[in-house]
Amino acid sequence: MSKKESESGSAKSAGECTAGDTKDDKGLGLGVIFFIVAFVICFLSGTLLFPKLLYSKKEQPFNFDHRLHVEQTGDCESCHALREDGSFNGIPKLAKCQECHSETPLGETKDEAVFAEMYVAKEKEVPWYVYSKQPDCVFFSHAAHTKTKGMDCVTCHGPIGTSTTLKPYEENRITGYSRDIWGQNIWGIKKHSWDRMKMDDCAECHKKETGHQGYCFQCHK
Amino acid sequence: MKVDRRSFLGLGLGAVAGFSVSPVLLKLTDDSSIWTQNWPWTPVPVDGEVSYQNSVCSLCPGSCGISIRKIDDRPVKIEGLDEYPINDGGACLHGISGLQYLYDPARIKTPLKKNGDKFEEISWDDAISMVAGKLMDIRATGSPEKLACIADKDRGSVSGLLKRLVTTFGSPNFYTMPSFESYLELTATPLHGRGTTIGFDLENSDFVLSFGAGVIEGWGSPVNCFKANASRKERGAKLYQIEPRLSNTAANADRWLPINPGTEADLALGLCAVILKNNLFAGTAKFKGGFNKFSATLQNDYPLSKTSEITGIKESDIEEMATLFAKAKMPVAVFGKGRGDGSQSLKELIAVHTLNCLVGSINRKGGAFIQPVKNYLEFPAESLDGIAREGIAKPRLGRYVHDLVEKVNASSQPVVEALFVYQSNPCYALHDTKTIKQALGKIPFIVSFSSFLDETAKEADIILPVHTFIERLEDIPSGSGLAKTVVGLSKPVIKPVFNTKHPGDIFILIAKALDNAVAQNFEWVSYDKCLEAVAGRIWKSLAKDGHVILAEDVPEGSPEIDVTYLSGNPASVQSNGDGDLILIPIDNMRLPSAAMTASPFAIKTVSDEVLKGRDTVVEINPKTAKGLKNFDYVTLTTPVGSAKVMIHLNEGMMPGVVGMVKGLGHTFDNKYVSNKGVNINDLIGPVIEPGSGLDAAFGIKAKISRA
Repeated sequence: MSKKESESGSAKSAGECTAGDTKDDKGLGLGVIFFIVAFVICFLSGTLLFPKLLYSKKEQPFNFDHRLHVEQTGDCESCHALREDGSFNGIPKLAKCQECHSETPLGETKDEAVFAEMYVAKEKEVPWYVYSKQPDCVFFSHAAHTKTKGMDCVTCHGPIGTSTTLKPYEENRITGYSRDIWGQNIWGIKKHSWDRMKMDDCAECHKKETGHQGYCFQCHK
Repeated sequence: MKVDRRSFLGLGLGAVAGFSVSPVLLKLTDDSSIWTQNWPWTPVPVDGEVSYQNSVCSLCPGSCGISIRKIDDRPVKIEGLDEYPINDGGACLHGISGLQYLYDPARIKTPLKKNGDKFEEISWDDAISMVAGKLMDIRATGSPEKLACIADKDRGSVSGLLKRLVTTFGSPNFYTMPSFESYLELTATPLHGRGTTIGFDLENSDFVLSFGAGVIEGWGSPVNCFKANASRKERGAKLYQIEPRLSNTAANADRWLPINPGTEADLALGLCAVILKNNLFAGTAKFKGGFNKFSATLQNDYPLSKTSEITGIKESDIEEMATLFAKAKMPVAVFGKGRGDGSQSLKELIAVHTLNCLVGSINRKGGAFIQPVKNYLEFPAESLDGIAREGIAKPRLGRYVHDLVEKVNASSQPVVEALFVYQSNPCYALHDTKTIKQALGKIPFIVSFSSFLDETAKEADIILPVHTFIERLEDIPSGSGLAKTVVGLSKPVIKPVFNTKHPGDIFILIAKALDNAVAQNFEWVSYDKCLEAVAGRIWKSLAKDGHVILAEDVPEGSPEIDVTYLSGNPASVQSNGDGDLILIPIDNMRLPSAAMTASPFAIKTVSDEVLKGRDTVVEINPKTAKGLKNFDYVTLTTPVGSAKVMIHLNEGMMPGVVGMVKGLGHTFDNKYVSNKGVNINDLIGPVIEPGSGLDAAFGIKAKISRA
């Protein structure tokens, strides 16, 4: 190689790096294919597989037939009631159940037998998983919504009163809260008002009903 | 086709893009924000129904009404009970943190038996039968007096049951730890007769002359005193505080008069001398016991110049103080240094109270109320068999706990075969703890009725753990110098957290396990039934209202005043040792120093000038410091012991005096309060006052040297 060639590079070596070379086209094509495959796999994983990994399924201690209880008691408030001070009792305690139930089951279901034997007889509270449990940093008054404004339980909790079985409790492995807070749809898309219980859903309804989405301190006290 | 780096780049970009447009990033961002705002290891209070239950606090003798906030069955907060006759909604820091005692790391969770140096768990049945078996052995020897008992107090039904057990067993050796209540009765007895006690109407007094009483530092019924002091300015009432240290009470007073430690009795008698000499005394009082001799002794022994020389207070100040006190409309002189439950000189207590007698402040609004000790309980008469009768006829080992300790230590034969210790901690709270532990070491069988594995419980052979005050029903009589007498009802607000029992039930169980001679005196099914029966007269009101006021008005009539005790001017006690300084104890409202130990919350409120890290900080005047600086380490040496402490320079401490706080230096297994600082009782020894027999050590001679 002459001195001149070595200073400016050889034509051959320059040609190997030129764009538009057929070898390069093939490389780019394979890159695109890899891109598309990876994209599709990751997108589908993120959409379909990710929720399965994110949530762990837990069974309730035993099944509870809401419809039967509503038929017997007449409404939700018989069990899920406001206390004298206006606070909400949430899931009723064993003592409330014992107003009707005793160690001798009223019906013949296997679930009631479990309840009578494992909890009533042992005077042990039932460790229900609560689908609507919110973080402790949120204040929420049921009285203000249901009593003062007359909202129906269904608006937020859905038609639980007509259900005969309890679905598995899906616990978010990161936060520890129920899947029902974010909603079943992993995109967070809802069809009904009760599909999600995130802050944005509160704000959306407040904006619609009161004209303002509310201030931080109203709930985060 | 060739797989090259561009392919991998495509793969990576595809993965990033795929995840980016999937819900993963959005969801993980949301979840991680929720996670970080609700750390899973941060405890979250369990939600539930809020309710309030009223009760009475028995952590100290203050007997305040409390309202306990509960979430479902779990108590979560203690507040002062509004309109309660003692504290009217107020509460102290110990009361509000009372729930911490429920879960205290030193709580005894089940009956324990000592095996070698360790305790092992036993069942209640075994524990009771072991105690009963040992007691039966003692009884079989015909010496039931060899059972001794140390309790925190001798009032109320639980102490009543314990005393009944000891008496029907046949022992006269029932002792109580020193308390302000006991000092009030000891003071009233020689002056006004047996069975009387004293209450101070601070709420209405217009001139309070305090001889070191920590009116806002836990003296008497603390919250009641806070309130009385808080209203002092509005009422235009004066407070003169006499003590060697500028305490919080002194700083809050209208005047602080620093006095040489241990000369308070001399000042009180000097003031009496001025009042008598200047004809300022109220002639209406009924004196007996040689009043003229008393008066002559005072004029002779306490001329102004001499009083001034002894006490270190200027003559003009003494004269002015005496005149102001005598001329005030509703003056009252109060005694009991610090909290009033430490060692006291009876001469001093009587001398101070004699001031009240001289100016006519007895049974007068704003003065001192002399009233009979209210016995509202009616236990059935005790039925004693021959062994018990012989036993209780034998002389007691002494008048006070320290006499018991001395007798046990002095004897080569066991004078006490078994000791009950109920809700008291003599191994920590009495002077010279080494000798107390030595005495307990010589007693073959010790039974502790404690909730906590404290210094004394650790010395026991059997521990029968009792419920804390939040877990039990009990009548709580007020005392501690309150003008009114109130019996409150402490109620169980939570099911027992551990395998403990009510002390009353334990005493009944032990009695029933003994022979019939003792058992027949305990026919109640349970303590609850016993209380209902013995409080018969007041039970209905007590159960319904939670308290009964036994007395609240100014007592009628004027009791006789017998000045015999002072007429010969008994000798004053001196501090032991040969150091050039005097170490005196300081009572701090934030640090309990008797049976109760500070809660984790309370000990965190103690300032760095009292406890710095794990070191006790003692106070000395800069003049005494001799070049030492704040927080220098020194070795404090007394004839009883020595300790490494830090110093804090305080101009509010008299020169020549070292002040050390009480209530530190616990050594039992409680990481929050133990191994912090020094127990002053390791450094001070008892000084027995001639005449009264009380441990009247006001301090001890000490030396300091740079550590």
